[in-house]
Amino acid sequence: MSSQDIPEENLPSTQDAHGGAVTKTAGDPFADPGLPPHEARIQDIDEQAAKRSERVVAFLFLLSMLATVGFIASYVSVPVDKSIYVFPIGHISALNFSLGLTLAVALFCIGAGAVHWARTLMSDVEVADERHAIAAEPDVKAKVLADFKQGAEESAFGRRKLIRNTMFGALALVPLSGVMLLRDLGPLPGTKLRKTAWSEGKMLINQNTLQPLRPEDIQVGSLTFAMPEGMKEEDHDFQKEIAKAALMIVRLRPENIKDKRELDWSADGIVAFSKICTHVGCPISLYEQQTHHVLCPCHQSTFDLSDGGRVIFGPAGHALPQLRIKVNDKGYLEAMGDFAEPVGPAFWERG
Amino acid sequence: MKKLSARRRHPLAAVVVLLFALAVTGGLYAAFAPADTAKADGTAQSLAIEEGKKLYSVGCASCHGTGGQGTSDGPSLVGVGAAAVDFQVRTGRMPLQQQGAQAPRKKAIYSQAQTDQIAAYIASLGAGPSVPTKDQYSPDGADIAKGGELFRTNCAQCHNFTGKGGALSNGKYAPDLTDVNPKHIYEAMQTGPQNMPSFPDTTMSEKNKKDIIAYLDTVNSSKSESPGGLELGGLGPVSEGLFAWIFGLGALIAVAIWVAAHTAKAKKS
Amino acid sequence: MSTTTTNESGAGAPGRRKAPAGERVADWADGRLGIYSLAKANMRKIFPDHWSFMLGEVCLYSFVIIILTGVYLTLFFHPSMEEVVYHGPYVPMQGMRMSEAFASTLNISFDVRGGLLIRQIHHWAALIFLAGMFVHMMRVFFTGAFRKPREVNWLFGFLLFVLGMFTGFTGYSLPDDLLSGTGVRFMEGAILSVPIIGTYISMFLFGGEFPGSDFVPRFFSIHVLLLPGIMLGLLVAHLILVIYHKHTQFPGPGRTNKNVVGLPLMPVYMAKAGGFFFLVFGIIAAIAAIASINPIWAIGPYRPDQVSTGAQPDWYMGFAEGLIRVMPGWEINLWGHTLVLGVFIPLVIFPLVLGAIAVWPFIESWVTGDKREHHLLDRPRNAPTRTAFGAAWIAAYFVMLVGGGNDLWATHFHLSINAITWFVRIGFFVIPVLTFIATRRVCMGLQRRDRDKVLHGRESGIIKRLPHGEFVEVHEPLSQEQLHTLTAHEQPKPLELEPEFDENGVARKAGAGRRLRVKLSKGFYGDGTQIPKATREEYEEITSGHGHH
Repeated sequence: MSSQDIPEENLPSTQDAHGGAVTKTAGDPFADPGLPPHEARIQDIDEQAAKRSERVVAFLFLLSMLATVGFIASYVSVPVDKSIYVFPIGHISALNFSLGLTLAVALFCIGAGAVHWARTLMSDVEVADERHAIAAEPDVKAKVLADFKQGAEESAFGRRKLIRNTMFGALALVPLSGVMLLRDLGPLPGTKLRKTAWSEGKMLINQNTLQPLRPEDIQVGSLTFAMPEGMKEEDHDFQKEIAKAALMIVRLRPENIKDKRELDWSADGIVAFSKICTHVGCPISLYEQQTHHVLCPCHQSTFDLSDGGRVIFGPAGHALPQLRIKVNDKGYLEAMGDFAEPVGPAFWERG
Repeated sequence: MKKLSARRRHPLAAVVVLLFALAVTGGLYAAFAPADTAKADGTAQSLAIEEGKKLYSVGCASCHGTGGQGTSDGPSLVGVGAAAVDFQVRTGRMPLQQQGAQAPRKKAIYSQAQTDQIAAYIASLGAGPSVPTKDQYSPDGADIAKGGELFRTNCAQCHNFTGKGGALSNGKYAPDLTDVNPKHIYEAMQTGPQNMPSFPDTTMSEKNKKDIIAYLDTVNSSKSESPGGLELGGLGPVSEGLFAWIFGLGALIAVAIWVAAHTAKAKKS
Repeated sequence: MSTTTTNESGAGAPGRRKAPAGERVADWADGRLGIYSLAKANMRKIFPDHWSFMLGEVCLYSFVIIILTGVYLTLFFHPSMEEVVYHGPYVPMQGMRMSEAFASTLNISFDVRGGLLIRQIHHWAALIFLAGMFVHMMRVFFTGAFRKPREVNWLFGFLLFVLGMFTGFTGYSLPDDLLSGTGVRFMEGAILSVPIIGTYISMFLFGGEFPGSDFVPRFFSIHVLLLPGIMLGLLVAHLILVIYHKHTQFPGPGRTNKNVVGLPLMPVYMAKAGGFFFLVFGIIAAIAAIASINPIWAIGPYRPDQVSTGAQPDWYMGFAEGLIRVMPGWEINLWGHTLVLGVFIPLVIFPLVLGAIAVWPFIESWVTGDKREHHLLDRPRNAPTRTAFGAAWIAAYFVMLVGGGNDLWATHFHLSINAITWFVRIGFFVIPVLTFIATRRVCMGLQRRDRDKVLHGRESGIIKRLPHGEFVEVHEPLSQEQLHTLTAHEQPKPLELEPEFDENGVARKAGAGRRLRVKLSKGFYGDGTQIPKATREEYEEITSGHGHH
């Protein structure tokens, strides 16, 4: 049975091994013996087996149809907000689960049916196809070069240099219009990155309670976030401003503050640092109250809040900017000006 | 090198390599395991004070000093309050099993009654936050959405979006908050255990704390919903990526192997 | 074969009067499109069977799935950063201020029936697309399938991978959730670090200061139009070249550099490849049914003053995340300007590391000086230097992935985050070198084993006692097919410098380029880089001398 099935062109003698030297010298133990003869599958010789395969394929296609019906049924019948408990997945959306699984079965069964069909019922006789060199034959190449040369000559491209040069000039300039059009994508940087919403006399507003902070509210070991007075979540530029103005407030015992300037800029041991990491601008606030270290959750830059916000680990390049604060005559904390240096990530013009 | 190379096929070679690899792994672990730089804290009523003092001198005094004044092994407990004691002891953090980067959560050793006695004793040493009452920490009637926003502002930076926990420096960590008793969450916010900063009522109101507890109760408890399916730890893209590689690509490769494999041949038996 | 011919003649007989409908349609199309000539060349095109040849199809199909589901998502997604207050069904977000982009993503997830499923399929398929491209690229690399004539196609593939990363990144940023917003913020910080023009690019990209209200709509056009458009073009070119070059194959009996052995497109590969599309789609749909991805409702809307720990990008950007996390914070301030090396260096290393693998085919062909076409694949062990380089590259990539997830490594393996960071800092330089050395030795070990197998046969595990008491293990000689397969590869000889004086005694000095090339060639193929494969003489001597075991 099997030997009759081998197509003639695949018999060993017609195969041509590469690499010249080791080719079929009679008796070369490593010579290419050519394609091995085709061996029949069970389905090729046993019609019962082939029938079984056919039934499996048809069953898979039928299952797919049923799954599609199931998909439509779930779409129509399962409410979008229904939650079910499926062990071990958890409390999940019934609709997502049923739609997903029926769709998966519908698709997978089509694929599995087709592949099973191909593997068991379609011919698995391996066929060899000749390859041809990708590079053109020399005469083709000669013809192309000759044609090109003729074309170039007819265009007089090489001879009339004025045309050539002005054309290059025009083609080189025209994309500039496109570049120009990009100008209005945004404003020029100016000093935007240097300024924040903080200014002298603005009170520190607690972001949890939206009330101005008093020094006695803040205990040693606590952590509070503040924004400048007058800023509201509803403001159209809130996002842009909070991205620079976000403030982190902690209280240290004055004797624990190692940096003299930090102590000068604090009020009763209350220090206010920018919440924006000087690395790439994540809001940094993983404050360890015993070590006074603050860690950035994005790239683990670690700053020492008891030592002028100095970088002690990680990729940040400079200390966290501190906001100079005082207690005003009404007993609230207020800023004594904007940050002395740009907050957030460093940039070329920062200096 | 030659000599080494010649012994490559020695039957014991694999054993030697394995032992070597284990030694290196163990050595590296020992070298990189978080250094022991731990500190812990704890805190303090009237008839119970006497009983509490007894318990204290047996279980706590060795680190925190006989009068709660603190030693080099443990901080002073004067003024930490009953809430801190209840938190530390009832979550099993105290008494500490061994010094480490941070006291881990474990099974509580003291009963609630014993804990209350110790707390009463500690509270007698100096004024501090008292144990919250049920209507303070119960999530009923709180604003879940506001709690979510507060959580993202104050807590998520260490505890992750839904309180799955995260790393801090040098082996310290912010623990997973899944199914933590609301009372303990309230106490933790109020007292700031270990390296966690405190969020006293003056900067985070009682209402704020209730909202946060209600949010956590909704998104991070064993009955929380995860509409999309498996939560994959709630850790974000890292676990999603691992899942895509292992199960997604893994399943696809398994299927590809089936598609491309040669069908079994009918071997003459 | 014979059955097809009978079928055709059978169909031809009644067709004398009127051709069947299908044939008439085909005739109509042929008269206008020339489909018969096209089909003649391609209908019975041969594709070799090997599971690793299906990896490219995983990418193709996941790309198709991404486009299908992506189009559906655009029907509901609002690429706008206009602030709205949420009043939808998801309780923990009710009353929250958020951008329309975020609100519409919540709407897709909770109001649109099946919307959540499509979103999840889209995102899972994206992760799998990138992972598939990565593995496909490695398959091509380790088997040497990038060699002439396929270098250009290798570059197309590489570009698709890089563009895929950026398409993924822009898509991940669209919902404007807290996690992706943090990623965009990182991107802004990285752009700011670019000397001289950094601030300008940042202002132009975000339409002003970060976050502004422009980046979601802008990223949207980039994500749904610009990048996928380029990718589609590259993909078509990639596929045309695959068909034009014909698929590579592994060496084996009857498989030569001049042929391709396998099964025909019509019908086997139509069914297999077509079926595989449904299998891929089915598996991704099943994953989307059971596993949650990017649950933005749990993450919350973006605000630049909020953040969560464990903020990572999708896995394909993890490598860049690692670079940025472990880089020391170098910053130079000179003449009123800041050079942010701590961010800028990783930004430069990122394309360099990726590019290193992309240019390898050109380096290799220059070093070997090989101008021939290669259609037979190498077994990775038979190209130890290439395999070792690839393994070292993967090692560098994975060390950085560890760096990118250092916080999760710390919490899950109870390690110190600082120690992991230091490990990655050192590992980035040391581990690839160790991997290179180890891989090359493993390759040579495997080569030695192949050589032993060829010369002494397969160890059968049967122990025989000889009359004089000696125990020997019976080695079964290999069949000619196996012998051929194991010896079909080439072993390139290293280049040699020409003698300093030619035969006439005239000095001729090799140029620096030539000397480098010879040096590299010796490093690639010189002493101690490969085990000489068994020769016919050795084989004959052993088989004739010993007789049989």
